[in-house]
Amino acid sequence: MQSILSIKNVSKTYASGFQALKSIDLEIRRGEIFALLGPNGAGKTTLIGIVCGIVKASSGTVTVDGHDNVRDYRGAREMIGLVPQELHTDSFETVWATCTFSRGLFGKPANPAFVEKVLKDVSLWDKKDSKIMTLSGGMKRRVLIAKALAHEPDILFLDEPTAGVDVELRKDMWEVVRALRAKGVTIILTTHYIEEAELMADRVGVINKGELILVEDKAELMRKLGKKQMTFELQQKLDAVPEALAPYKLALAADGRALTYTYEAQGEHRGVTRLVEELLRQNIRLKDIATTQSSLEDIFVDLVRKDG
Amino acid sequence: MNHRAVWAIYSFEMARTGRTLFQSIVSPVLSTSLYFVVFGAAIGSRIPEIEGVGYGSFIVPGLIMMTLLTQSVMNASFGIYFPRFVGTIFEILSAPVSALEITLGYVGAAATKSIILGLIILATAGFFVPLKIAHPLWMLAFLVFTSVTFSLLGFIIGLWAEGFEKLQIIPLLIITPLTFLGGSFYSINVLPPFWQAVSLANPIVYLVSGFRWSFYEVADVSLTVSVAMIAVFLVACLAIVWWFFKTGYKIKK
Repeated sequence: MQSILSIKNVSKTYASGFQALKSIDLEIRRGEIFALLGPNGAGKTTLIGIVCGIVKASSGTVTVDGHDNVRDYRGAREMIGLVPQELHTDSFETVWATCTFSRGLFGKPANPAFVEKVLKDVSLWDKKDSKIMTLSGGMKRRVLIAKALAHEPDILFLDEPTAGVDVELRKDMWEVVRALRAKGVTIILTTHYIEEAELMADRVGVINKGELILVEDKAELMRKLGKKQMTFELQQKLDAVPEALAPYKLALAADGRALTYTYEAQGEHRGVTRLVEELLRQNIRLKDIATTQSSLEDIFVDLVRKDG
Repeated sequence: MNHRAVWAIYSFEMARTGRTLFQSIVSPVLSTSLYFVVFGAAIGSRIPEIEGVGYGSFIVPGLIMMTLLTQSVMNASFGIYFPRFVGTIFEILSAPVSALEITLGYVGAAATKSIILGLIILATAGFFVPLKIAHPLWMLAFLVFTSVTFSLLGFIIGLWAEGFEKLQIIPLLIITPLTFLGGSFYSINVLPPFWQAVSLANPIVYLVSGFRWSFYEVADVSLTVSVAMIAVFLVACLAIVWWFFKTGYKIKK
């Protein structure tokens, strides 16, 4: 698929000497939802800042749909909408004024009907004449989203968009994100709620200590790195795992009434049939069988731990 | 040129003035009027004429200049410092706007406010003391160029400052004293020769002198020198602003 954003060999060392990014290469595909995951201080916001022109890269290039973001910054920035992590808003302005300001700032002609639609999409229309300082945190977050959407970006950066937003509003926001994707907007998001990335993203990137340690199709990642567990509930209590079952590295529950088998989700030969046969041969009677699969969160925690 | 962005910043800043009308316009007009009342109408009547001009009338250009300088610096510095302070500067930095466009928007708005303020004070002065404007076009030119130049200086301070204290230091500790000592209330010709020479190192002397000449054709230094000084100061401020944006100093991480 065609790339809309190309990040090549981008690194950043702050004046303090702290190296926030180490030679990042990343291609974002047109129209995808890309989730950038990483622990606090991993470099997510620095990377977004460099793409958007807020932070100067120490080296490397960023190209937005063919526009170099330094040499042809107008062409590049016109295409990008940014929703920052912090709630930076003009407290004394009204919602309407701040959204029309954003539109003008990005060089778009006034279009009250479009701004009205954006405000309705993020459920802020009834607050359009309210001063931003009178709004709740969740509403301020939506104001920032509305500001970013007011200038009709092709690429939307959402840096922790649902932090501090209640569950209901969060769902509304994801509806907005889905609708934008349906319109062809490319979305790059960072989030602490990994289940959201699991729910929404087409691809996932994991950044840790300034390095992009993985970029993968979400489904592929889940398939490749996901682990499955099969838990056998036993009819009789076991004191120890029989010697014959040792190759399967089964875990016995503390109460001795369950055995858990962990295996790679993508494995061709998982040995489930042989294990069940062996259990029966050992005269272990089963009450129930359950399987679980690791979530993106488990995979993420695992990756970062290995990297660290 | 992203003219829509310039207009967006300009109108945003002008709307801020509208919201803070008392602080931005009424308060400086009122405090300057007090000078007219005290030094012009009350004490002024007991002070002899200076170079053929009544004292009350003589101090009008200097007082307008004083308000113009301090208000231009304060308006422009606050205009750009506040977004830096609250973090909303991220939007300006991520927008498709050039340094020139950002400067035009912020400095244009600050200078407009100062020009409006200067004209209101001029009109107010007419109520208290007799006024004569010998060269209205020159008067306007001085008003406009001084407002633009000192708004640029304020813009630089707003880009440089890292706290509200630094924001206040230059207007309070440098500009106000220099204005008081810059011939706003007297002609530097009345000073002893040594202090006359010292005063010539004060750039504000040239601004006040030129501005006063446009009213009464009375000047401490020649018109050409006054105009040249404003031009030099304007170019210096433009160069500093250009350097700030080129290097990203204090703007970009």
